[in-house]
Amino acid sequence: MTTTELPFPGLSGVPTTEDKLTGKDFTSDQEVRWCPGCGDYAVLKAVQSFLPDLGLRRENIVFVSGIGCSSRFPYYLETYGMHSIHGRAPAIATGIATSREDLSVWVVTGDGDALSIGGNHLIHAMRRNVNLKILLFNNRIYGLTKGQYSPTSEPGKVTKSTPAGSVDHPFNPVSLALGAEGTFVARTVDSDRKHLTSVLSAAAAHRGTALVEIYQNCPIFNDGAFDAIKQPDTKADAIIPLVQGEPIRFGVPQEDGKGSKGIVRSASGGVEVVQTADVAESDLLVHDAHADDPSTAFALSRLTDAGVLHQSPIGIFRQVQRPTYDDQAREQIVTASAGQGDQRQALASLISGGDTWTVV
Amino acid sequence: MAKQVKQLDRVIIRFAGDSGDGMQLTGDRFTQESAAFGNDLMTLPNFPAEIRAPQGTLPGVSSFQVHFADHDILTAGDSPDVLVAMNPAALKANLPDMKPGTSLIVDSHDFTARNLTKAGYADNPLEDSSLADYALSVVDLTGMTVEAVKEFGLSRKDAARAKNMFALGLLSWMYGRPIETTLAFLEKRFAKAPDIRDANLTAFKAGWNFGETTETFAVQYEIKPAPMSAGTYRNITGNLALAYGLVAGGVQSGLPIFLGTYPITPASDILHELSKHKRFGITTFQAEDEIAGIGAALGASFAGSLGVTSTSGPGIALKSETIGLAVMTELPLLVIDVQRGGPSTGLPTKTEQADLLQAMFGRNGEAPVPIVAPQSPGDCFDAAVEAIRIAVTYRTPVMLLSDGYLANGSEPWRIPELDELPEIDPAFATGTNHESVDKEGNAKPDFWPYLRDEETLARPWAIPGTAGLEHRIGGLEKGDGHGNISYDPGNHDYMVRIRQAKVDRIADSLPPLEVDDPSGKAKVLVLGWGSTYGPIGAACRRVRKAGYDVAQVHLRHLNPFPKDLGEILKQYDAVMVPEMNLGQLSLLIRAKYLVDVVGYNHVRGLPLKAAELAESITDLISTTTGTLDHDVHQEEVAR
Ligand code: SF4
Repeated sequence: MTTTELPFPGLSGVPTTEDKLTGKDFTSDQEVRWCPGCGDYAVLKAVQSFLPDLGLRRENIVFVSGIGCSSRFPYYLETYGMHSIHGRAPAIATGIATSREDLSVWVVTGDGDALSIGGNHLIHAMRRNVNLKILLFNNRIYGLTKGQYSPTSEPGKVTKSTPAGSVDHPFNPVSLALGAEGTFVARTVDSDRKHLTSVLSAAAAHRGTALVEIYQNCPIFNDGAFDAIKQPDTKADAIIPLVQGEPIRFGVPQEDGKGSKGIVRSASGGVEVVQTADVAESDLLVHDAHADDPSTAFALSRLTDAGVLHQSPIGIFRQVQRPTYDDQAREQIVTASAGQGDQRQALASLISGGDTWTVV
Repeated sequence: MAKQVKQLDRVIIRFAGDSGDGMQLTGDRFTQESAAFGNDLMTLPNFPAEIRAPQGTLPGVSSFQVHFADHDILTAGDSPDVLVAMNPAALKANLPDMKPGTSLIVDSHDFTARNLTKAGYADNPLEDSSLADYALSVVDLTGMTVEAVKEFGLSRKDAARAKNMFALGLLSWMYGRPIETTLAFLEKRFAKAPDIRDANLTAFKAGWNFGETTETFAVQYEIKPAPMSAGTYRNITGNLALAYGLVAGGVQSGLPIFLGTYPITPASDILHELSKHKRFGITTFQAEDEIAGIGAALGASFAGSLGVTSTSGPGIALKSETIGLAVMTELPLLVIDVQRGGPSTGLPTKTEQADLLQAMFGRNGEAPVPIVAPQSPGDCFDAAVEAIRIAVTYRTPVMLLSDGYLANGSEPWRIPELDELPEIDPAFATGTNHESVDKEGNAKPDFWPYLRDEETLARPWAIPGTAGLEHRIGGLEKGDGHGNISYDPGNHDYMVRIRQAKVDRIADSLPPLEVDDPSGKAKVLVLGWGSTYGPIGAACRRVRKAGYDVAQVHLRHLNPFPKDLGEILKQYDAVMVPEMNLGQLSLLIRAKYLVDVVGYNHVRGLPLKAAELAESITDLISTTTGTLDHDVHQEEVAR
């Protein structure tokens, strides 16, 4: 059974419902207030229509966000939610997920929220492998504060705070997640509903931290940042599709319908782009997100442009099983409580432990 | 040889040595023996922040002071009657606290030229006449220990390490302590290393026997048990009592405790202790930083646990933003600040009360947080339960202000009966609480997360998993009642005021203050909070013993203040506020009640000294009433 089949191991313990819910059931009465054309709308729609497919009780779903444009997300979903403070959503969600096995916990964050002010919490959540689904909306800019460069902006970017061009080197969120021991690391795009939904389904199915980077266009402050992977004429060369068990090919299709470019292992141990005409089909790297060793996934993540985006692998980079922090923490409590009697009696004997004496 | 037995009503002993000499353990064992004997007692451990400061140097000196008596006592004592010094540095560092005529028991073994130089002694003080004012006993404790344990074939170094047990044995003999608890303790502690165990047991007994046979010590002392109210007692430190209070608060409320925290001196012991009690459903989460600790705790509270975070002053600075979020989201959260010397890293192992204003005001915006402070080590238990009661009942973060002295200090604690503890009802929301009108104009049942309880002004606590009560909360301003984002000016003004009113409302649930004014004629009131309770109480006793009237009130609740505080303050001609800070409670009292209080402020990293404080109180009485013959009475008070 693949991990995307029901019942989702990532959601075992979360009560399900027989009621047929729809996207409308997950839509709150709050007016959505993103700028017209913002990529966040597409992601919200995709999430609202995908959530019913999980078959979960609505009241057992929690969305937690930090601060930023995308962090308004929880207000628009008719689930439990918390719009918290800048960068801290993974920490708050860790408390929720650890204390309640019966909740499906989602974090909505952005490149500034997750990678700048909240970088520490993000990496530690992945290291612990807490059962959280983290949606990282990457628009490569600060939107809510009106257009400063972000930790994913390309070097040289001219913004309000960098009139002479940014001299910061950016993070690659996927590389970072893999380095932080992430067990599920994926990248998708706001405008590709089908791919987005398939990645979200796989993330929901994963038991542990799932980090999903979503390329999200900000038409106001960074319009066209992902044009290369969205425009019909450049798309084929820009998107390197990662499909489990398939040789990695991209580029303008040839007569056989397959891309003109492919990925092979390089002599240095990494990966490199080649013209498929120059290599045998069997030399192409077959994508394996389930590999224990994250080195190949990391090498693939490095094919992403750090500067202006012309090329980027899209799909699930890594998907492996590792015991989760919250399952183990709860297990310790279950073990310690097994066969123990009444709590009040236990409290009485706890506080009267040690050397005591009685005064009459 | 038959020894003389002398009766004493109280004794203060300080064990001092290198931080590797096991002085904390020695002091702790002596304390347990004294507790088992039935004396009242208070202890004051004092150790360097460095785990192993350079051996034999002044900064490396670690000490443990124990004050025990045949009557009830309130402090660990201002200055010791007996100093046990294991090396030159320990002697030098502690001698300034010793008054002429007090006893020094000094291990001569380490008084070598090298160690004397390290401690900054030009000449050997044991050989010149510089200690002539003291009752000096010079004993080669180390040498005798090594001799006593030689049958176990330990290395010289390991053998010498048992010297603290030799010293403990000697002092135990001298003060007629029961030794069973220590024997049992050593058996258990070193069960896995029989030769070390036997060496320690032998050294301990050898110390006792040495006292009995040597002519160096001609007198044995007797300090009778202290009368205490009926009950079962144990000796307890503040951090342990606080941790037990958390367990109790969890049991009483039926809420699982979730401690999200990051290690920091002197609060880490709370984490260590709670992590042992998972059988109570307690989760301890050692986070990546202070912010994550409180964040996870708040998340757990949102999900229906009681979130707790523990730290010390610098950690509170980091947690401030999340405390603000807890104020805004109106969720129960307990924030424990075991105060230490500040600012910045300050004095990690020393005590101070300088976080009161940080607890009160250390957040952006109008963000009122209730504050509770324990007054003694054992009281940390009740204070923790009280803080949980407030947090759960009023859906609010609560600040619990302990300090380094309470955390590590200990006293006999009467173990409470469970029926003495308050019932705490989380009263989760289970159904809708409002009727809304939908787009078609039809009435529909709704859940409003910010509709308040009329009595407490608390909002409903609806936890995930409760069908029909799905709602979103966050740090943005809420609309009154419905809780959706609101930027309306009038609403903001109302919400700021209602959050304050809710915290003020807590005062309705507080008992009247206890005014300790035995004669009823006092013109001067001494007002304190937190761990200064002991020194203030002891100082007031001295003042009264000398024939004067003084009243004492001690605050457990710093925010809101109890309702009767204003009236009480008005009844006195002068009010003194002793604090281990530069006048933080003074500032609050002046601001709120327009009473020109007199501060008494020391920030030495140590508890206030009762004798000095008593002098200042007497001064204030004399200037207030203008009737005292100053010099005569001062002498009496200072005695
Ligand atoms: S600023 Fe950009 S990211 Fe923010 S809402 Fe507007 S378009 Fe979207």
